[in-house]
Amino acid sequence: MSKQAIGSVLVVGGGIAGIQASLDLADSGYLVYLVEKNSAIGGVMSQLDKTFPTNDCSMCIISPKLVEVGRHLNIELLTLSEVQSISGEQGNFEIKLTQHPRYVDVDKCIACGICAEKCPKKVLNEYDAGLGKRKSIYLKYAQAVPLKYAIDENCIYFKKGKCKACEKFCPSDAINFDDKQKELTINAGAILIAPGSAVYDPSVYDTYGYKQSPNIVTSLEFERILAATGPFAGDLVRPSDKKAPAKIAWLQCVGSRDINTCDNSYCSSVCCMYANKQAVIAKEHCDDPLDTAIFFMDLRTYGKDFDKYNLRAQEDHGVRFIRSRIHSVFPDDDDKLRIVYATESGKRAEERFDMVVLSVGLSPGKDVAGLAEKMGVELNNHGFARTSCLSPVSTNREGIFVCGTFQEPKDIPHTVMEASASAAAATGNLSHARWSLTRVKEMPPEENVTGQKPRIGVFVCNCGINIGGVADVPAIRDYARDLTHVIHVEDNLFTCSQDNQDHIKQIIREKGINRVVVASCSPRTHEPLFQETIRDAGLNKYLFEMANIRDHNTWVHMDNPEKATEKAKDLVRMAVAKAAYSEPLHQVSLKISKAALVIGGGVSGMEAAVGIADQGRPVYLVEKSIELGGNAKFLGTTWQGEQIGPYLEDLVNRVKNHPDIELFMQTKVTGTTGTMGNFSTTLTSLNGEGKEIKIDHAVTVLATGGREKVPEQYLYGEHPHVMTQLDMDRAFSESDERLSGTKSVVFIQCVGSRIPERPYCSKICCTHSLKSALLLKNKNPKMKVYIVYRDIRSYGFREELYVQAREAGVIFIRYNLKNLPKVESLEDDHLSVTVTDHVLGMPVRLKPDLLVLASGIVPNANTALFEFFKVPVNSEGFLIEAHAKLRPVDFSSEGIFLAGLAHYPKPIEESIAQAKAAASRAMTILAKEEIMVGGVVASVEDARCAACLTCVRTCPYGIPKINEDSHAVIDSAECHGCGMCVSECPGKAISLQHFTDEQLLAKTSALFTSGG
Amino acid sequence: MNETFEPQIVAYCCNYCAYAAADLAGSMRLSYPSNVKVIQVPCTGRVDILYLLRAIEDGADGIYVAG
Repeated sequence: MSKQAIGSVLVVGGGIAGIQASLDLADSGYLVYLVEKNSAIGGVMSQLDKTFPTNDCSMCIISPKLVEVGRHLNIELLTLSEVQSISGEQGNFEIKLTQHPRYVDVDKCIACGICAEKCPKKVLNEYDAGLGKRKSIYLKYAQAVPLKYAIDENCIYFKKGKCKACEKFCPSDAINFDDKQKELTINAGAILIAPGSAVYDPSVYDTYGYKQSPNIVTSLEFERILAATGPFAGDLVRPSDKKAPAKIAWLQCVGSRDINTCDNSYCSSVCCMYANKQAVIAKEHCDDPLDTAIFFMDLRTYGKDFDKYNLRAQEDHGVRFIRSRIHSVFPDDDDKLRIVYATESGKRAEERFDMVVLSVGLSPGKDVAGLAEKMGVELNNHGFARTSCLSPVSTNREGIFVCGTFQEPKDIPHTVMEASASAAAATGNLSHARWSLTRVKEMPPEENVTGQKPRIGVFVCNCGINIGGVADVPAIRDYARDLTHVIHVEDNLFTCSQDNQDHIKQIIREKGINRVVVASCSPRTHEPLFQETIRDAGLNKYLFEMANIRDHNTWVHMDNPEKATEKAKDLVRMAVAKAAYSEPLHQVSLKISKAALVIGGGVSGMEAAVGIADQGRPVYLVEKSIELGGNAKFLGTTWQGEQIGPYLEDLVNRVKNHPDIELFMQTKVTGTTGTMGNFSTTLTSLNGEGKEIKIDHAVTVLATGGREKVPEQYLYGEHPHVMTQLDMDRAFSESDERLSGTKSVVFIQCVGSRIPERPYCSKICCTHSLKSALLLKNKNPKMKVYIVYRDIRSYGFREELYVQAREAGVIFIRYNLKNLPKVESLEDDHLSVTVTDHVLGMPVRLKPDLLVLASGIVPNANTALFEFFKVPVNSEGFLIEAHAKLRPVDFSSEGIFLAGLAHYPKPIEESIAQAKAAASRAMTILAKEEIMVGGVVASVEDARCAACLTCVRTCPYGIPKINEDSHAVIDSAECHGCGMCVSECPGKAISLQHFTDEQLLAKTSALFTSGG
Repeated sequence: MNETFEPQIVAYCCNYCAYAAADLAGSMRLSYPSNVKVIQVPCTGRVDILYLLRAIEDGADGIYVAG
């Protein structure tokens, strides 16, 4: 089969999952067909205002990825398209697609918007969740990719046979009413399905009053209300009277965690965090103090930094959290909304609000059942893809994989992680066909600008209203016109939009521009995009400079538009001054090692190793102990009941017998040098002789794990009948005598978690306790089982266990930090647990035979190792990924990846997915023969060097060497470009390209020479 | 110095941390005085003493190096 395997992959769904999977696949040597049923990609993420827990602007962080997909040579984007049928098998599928007509010629459309302005037909705008109107000819959103209009079925010409206003006014003759539906056939070696999910529709309910008042909105509608590109241009107002609300309530679990016929029984996983975020952001939107209250059952802020976010929401922002059950929402006559609810102690209460946000959950997408049937993919009882915890991205059909919210409701980082994981899984059998179908880009020759007088073009971005809504963009633009060397200025609504890239290229060529300045957002997110654009126009990418007039200006000086305008002028002047001195830099290609180093022999490390080795790349797997398997050795089953033992045994065997995996047991890393593509690492054996070996590798995966914290409280280690969850698992597997004859068991949750010393949720303990409680009840239904908890966090489909546990008679008693359970050993050595019952409000004394402590996860201490690789850890010791939302397995240092508990506590299914994701990200480098290096690196002017060794001593990476001719040399392939040697060199013999003295001094000089 | 005096502050920020933090201040919509101007450097190690002196000579009232 693999002989004829096809080197292309079909990705169905263009949300963030499909986008990330496509980029990984295309970057690692496969041709991707990305099929999207809408007119543009971006999915739900493109509709969100901000994303938790970083409060990043959602559009700002997804936009570079949208553009990257749009311009990627090896991603063929098929919009308005749907899968009709598939045939064939893994390695060689044939897929029939229907592409619906757009009625707009994408080659001609310049997205000027005149058509939509003239179109007489208004329809509800689904991008604004139905709150606003759009025209029948429409662009899904301002930064849509592809940035091309489309005509929908509501068009008056289609209904009545006349109108064609768009055609009449289109300046580029792009309207084509004769456009026809096309049937396409494509071949692919594997298929990835990422169709996402739908937003739960609360209109089936009377209880919540949705549709009875325009001021009762869904959370997605509220997201659009907050968004600058939304129906009210980012003003937080009530839909009914467009007045600012003074009080807003959020109702959690609308359509989730309920077993009525029209509800979903599972937890939608994301709503607690987005409600936290929306409450915080809403407060920021208001000039007057805004009162916000979140009505909830259990607060499920279980992800990385989520609990900290929640604490900030409560303590710093004053968001109120009300533990309750909602009875009804009544619209009162004075346009207020009255919420009637039951308090925690069961008493009836009510409160009035100006607006109510329904935190609606995620439902299966409405077309996914049909899609799954065409694909031959099984769904679970909730209508989502059926997967196993031990192969979380595989479907029942070989060669077809899933990721994102179609697999289970989940947040963006987890989705992105799974997207990469599915890319790795999908190509596991296609590695022979890698690079067989990919295309190569012809770059135009670079124009030689050396010696030319600078001719600078300045592009000022409005960023919708992010910049233009605060600063006076036309004034900034006009100001830039008079700056030295500037020959062209303009302002754009979104300088980063895809059509504008073509426009910039055209202007560069037309006007002979040889330096480009973009005044917009952060170079950290957008510089690569603009650099690529100017390179396409024949300019060296280093002839580019950015002025950050949004993140460092309009976003932080919102209350002072005049000063923001003045500062923007200063920043533009500084950027122009530096640009005048910018010089082209040339990168050289460097052969890279083929191998990967994976550190950690637990499930994450082994899955990453196998994932990479299956793609035909050698892997060095290093484990410091004498045994592979890590924590999985102690686990019984997954939450879904799959046996972990046999899986682990099989995985260990695959690792041990894989021809491409070299295993180093009882070994640790004692040093590393080099950078992405060419690391050289020293491994030292821990058994006896301390033998050292040096290995070369292109990438590194850190999967150094974590462990159950040994409890320091509740008589652990003092009383024989107090155990941790892992002790309990062992007791089960070894038929421990402490379990026989047990009549009552108490579980205490959050032991060592969610406290000031460790302000994070360990994510797995609630599920683990529910699973163990059910096992006990199964063993003896009469056994009394109590779970003493703070919030039950059985997110996603794990909620099934919570429901089963309640049905089985497990008793749940809530405690809080102010009122901790008290554990004592009585005179007869029997245990006593005293806890205040949240319903009775009275202390209850339990006398369990066994006490199980759900102790949290702590990361393994690897300070020296993390310092070798210069990777950061947070205050709790977990590794910090490059970006909490969109780069969940990468580090900021290129070529190093992470997986498993070292990143954050997570269940085995997520560790497996993250490990596969790390393999996928690693393959984007390992798939290549060579990488480009150089650019921003230090270089030595030989004649000035006195060989004083200052640079040799200064460099944190040990790169500078003194050569035989007695001057320093700095290898450009190894130089990290930090510039420390440059600043320290007493002879000024070293310069850092792109950050020369001349360039940096030009900035401060410009700041103070005019205006200032 | 009078009440309307506004010092001009130059902030040299490391691309990997402090510059990112300044971006984050933006995304969190924190507020700080507009007379702070951030200059991106690849590492605070790149900041030459000369730059600090030159900036003060040019008119800066204060400089901070963050990384």
